Amino acid sequence: MEVEQTAALAEEQSGSGASGLPRLLEGVPAQGAMSLQTHLDIHGEPPPAGRSGISSISDRWRDKRGAAALIDQVEQAGLGGRGGAGFPLARKMRSVAAGKGKPIVVVNATEGEPASLKDRTLLETLPHLVLDGAALAARAIGADEAIVCVCESAGVAHERASAAIAEREQLGGHWPRLVLATAPEGYVAGQESALVSHLNGGEAKPTFTPPAPYERGVRRRPTLVSNAETLAHVALIARHGARWFRQLGLSEQPGSTLITLSGPLAYPGVYEVEFGATLASLIEAAGGMKARVRGALFGGYAGTWVEASALSGLALSNPHLAPYGATLGAGVVALLSEQACPVAEVTRVTRWLERQSAGQCGPCVHGLGALADTLEQAMHGGAHSRQAAARVEHLYGLIARRGACGHPDGTARFAMSGIEVFAAEFADHAKHGACDACAQAPELPLPARAQTAARSVN
Amino acid sequence: MAERVRVNPITCEAHGMCAELLPERIALDEWGYPIVDDRPLSGDLVAHAQRAAQACPTFALLVERSSKG
Repeated sequence: MEVEQTAALAEEQSGSGASGLPRLLEGVPAQGAMSLQTHLDIHGEPPPAGRSGISSISDRWRDKRGAAALIDQVEQAGLGGRGGAGFPLARKMRSVAAGKGKPIVVVNATEGEPASLKDRTLLETLPHLVLDGAALAARAIGADEAIVCVCESAGVAHERASAAIAEREQLGGHWPRLVLATAPEGYVAGQESALVSHLNGGEAKPTFTPPAPYERGVRRRPTLVSNAETLAHVALIARHGARWFRQLGLSEQPGSTLITLSGPLAYPGVYEVEFGATLASLIEAAGGMKARVRGALFGGYAGTWVEASALSGLALSNPHLAPYGATLGAGVVALLSEQACPVAEVTRVTRWLERQSAGQCGPCVHGLGALADTLEQAMHGGAHSRQAAARVEHLYGLIARRGACGHPDGTARFAMSGIEVFAAEFADHAKHGACDACAQAPELPLPARAQTAARSVN
Repeated sequence: MAERVRVNPITCEAHGMCAELLPERIALDEWGYPIVDDRPLSGDLVAHAQRAAQACPTFALLVERSSKG
């Protein structure tokens, strides 16, 4: 793949350029978690008062006005949620603040997306950035509690978040209260209504809305469910303001973002880039390509494929990805090497996504099963494989917007974009059946327990 | 104020009564689940929609009033 930066796209990068980075990842330790003291040395005290969201109860009245002003800052910064959907955080905060009852914050660090590591990485290495953001957002909306939710398989993240909360408690009464909770493993368990249902003692499955969590969530209180990275940005916006935030990125999509980059690279991993940075510059930062690339998946497993020929010169932002029908979603960029079989990869992930269905909605249960069946038949060639693309498109129409959550839509989009972008490879399989590479070890990561649909509880 | 039909996909069990009683707005997919046309209901359809909602064995069909269009 070409890794030349085109002049046009390089110009799109903000005036302050790479000098403004890293922001979130400033001083990220190579091992262990950053201590509260180091965190405060690097970033300073969070406004308006108190230490890292730490203030005595008597400080509350003093904080109130400054805290609410944070919503304005977040709005002017144009901060979009980093869990995938990109919903403007300030609007969510206002809705929750205006709701009936005492608001509550849920920090969503469950990260059920197998191709994403950023939220886990943040909690493991920079927990105080996330906790700061959670505390500041909580105070801004008048919440008295923030629940940090990690996946039960994320042991290290849990341990370090727990230690970081203890560090804050040692400094005196922490307000708002910070609580750590685990959520069951699973792609759909981290969906916000599923998470709320789980925290309320129910199953970790999406619920029928309305009421949405922002209206009635945890303990029936208006609930701000926000992704861990989103809140980490809040911690910095509170200190430096909206104008500072917008010094990086694009006017339509300001700031920086964490990207989980995977593929045939010297150093795959989590990187912070400004929106609008070229993919080439990210690949360079990751030590360059070790093999040619067949295509790239953007956003995550609910995301969209982009063909290899479009990648050189591509920039990392939703406006730049829009012509390909893609978004950065949860910040996933997965490069598929030329050694991999895209037909097998798309098919395998689609089957996995089907098994991740909560099993509640008919169009999801039947539709995703039919999708995976169609792709598997296409992979092995034979009778109906030539009609696979038409069948997938038909199924997309039957599946989209018909579930309680976005899981069926995301899965159908993933499958449809795969069959479109890799049309030549699918045609080849229709003619000749499964290829040698079909049997290779997968490149797109799937959790070890993926193949067993049933989860053992206790 | 306009009334529309909506399905709760979690409680729906594909009995298909709604498509029988409100074919103007509801068709069934290849698995028997309702595909709903959610445009506002004209006055003469509201009563049919309500009857269909009452006939649903799992109460998954909703007739909702919204201020939008």
